[in-house]
Amino acid sequence: MSGFLATLRRELRLSMSGSGEILTLLLFFIITGALVPFAVGPDKELLARIAPGIVWIAAFLSMLIGLEKLFRPDRDDGTLALYRLADLPLSAIIAAKVIAHWLTSALPLIIASPFLALILAMDVPTFWRTILSLLLGTPALAAFGTFGAAITVAIRRGGLLAPILIAPLCVPVLIFGVGAIAPMGGPDQASAALLFLAALSLISVSLSPFAAALAVDWGEE
Amino acid sequence: MTIDDTTPKMRWWDRLAHPGQFMIWTAYLIWPLVILTGLLMVLGLYYAFFNSPADYQMGDTVRIMYVHVPTAWLSQFVYGAMAVSALGTLVWRHPMADVSMKAAAPLGAAFTAMALFTGSMWGRPTWGTFWEWDGRMTSTLILLFIYLGIVALWRAFDDQLRAARVIAIFTLVGAVNVPIIKFSVDWWSTLHQPASVFRPDGPTMPGSLLTPLFLMFFAFTFLFVTLQLVAMRTEVRRRRIATLERKAAQGASA
Repeated sequence: MSGFLATLRRELRLSMSGSGEILTLLLFFIITGALVPFAVGPDKELLARIAPGIVWIAAFLSMLIGLEKLFRPDRDDGTLALYRLADLPLSAIIAAKVIAHWLTSALPLIIASPFLALILAMDVPTFWRTILSLLLGTPALAAFGTFGAAITVAIRRGGLLAPILIAPLCVPVLIFGVGAIAPMGGPDQASAALLFLAALSLISVSLSPFAAALAVDWGEE
Repeated sequence: MTIDDTTPKMRWWDRLAHPGQFMIWTAYLIWPLVILTGLLMVLGLYYAFFNSPADYQMGDTVRIMYVHVPTAWLSQFVYGAMAVSALGTLVWRHPMADVSMKAAAPLGAAFTAMALFTGSMWGRPTWGTFWEWDGRMTSTLILLFIYLGIVALWRAFDDQLRAARVIAIFTLVGAVNVPIIKFSVDWWSTLHQPASVFRPDGPTMPGSLLTPLFLMFFAFTFLFVTLQLVAMRTEVRRRRIATLERKAAQGASA
């Protein structure tokens, strides 16, 4: 347990070390969301209707763009080799990475979402539903993202490949995430969508560290 | 030392693991498969165009079904073949399983694209729209993205042997999408019609429509088998060339 917590502490300390990663991510999130009114016009009714989708797309893209920082720095300075040889199983280390990734990528987005809700003319009940769906859905995005980063860690110029690979797998999260806020079938559909979202998060967070550990091991051999 | 009865007999799938043996064995299969595929295609297309009735609602556009349904079924079947090959790579480290996975990916992408295209062409006259975001079309589009992602992944790796195991895991994780496609028409009753052939109660289509359909099913399946074998042989040759190039480069510097 102490090894797990030590890894978690290390990841958190590195992410918040002042390199501005979190700020960059926040700016990307806000700017992506703020671009939409420029593109579709300032009509409040239209914006309010598509606001849940925009917030989710902005969160989706922000979490996928920030995947390189998960494994590449560790690979470059040799820490990944040490992780593979450590006493603590690689899947436990990667689980710590998933948690740290969620804390430093998803939580800032959720905290910044009121600003986005404001400029997209979202009303307050919708906003609370958005927060809830983001809280339940972003762990799945973090878990799938870690899996994608693990697949592409051995590629020299992986770059945009991890987001491209993970996006099709994360589409159900997006569908249920927006369905929990503005369900097309009616208000009872929202709770069903939330349950599906929670199920996706639970399954992906519990299984992706093992899949990612296998991918890292076999990619580095 | 003589080879006696205590030597374990090598099974055919172990024999086939040697690329040279694989090339020798499959060399005899290519032309018979090509002829069989050609025959089935000619027969199926004849039945589809000349020997089957037009639908009472859709008219002659129903004949698109004879291409659309087989390609759609194949898009899922090829992913199944890829997933089985992925298991072969991860569980048995079979060398030909790597090659099979790599060869199947672009073929699956092509069949999925064809299924989406023919479905689109069929949808315009019958439903009035080229595209609709219903359950089956959406999940088939996702399948196309997964296929293309796998093709891109193969190209991104330098070391193809290392790539095989990593891509095998990704293939198995992505395999969860295939049952979603199959059952999407049952779970979300939106636009695409539900299953009418492979149902628990049996098919709902009359025999005159089923005959060309099954002929085209088999024709397209054998088309895939032929193309897959040729692609696997090409990949084996491609790797041989890469090794020879590497040896030549080493020899030049020695």
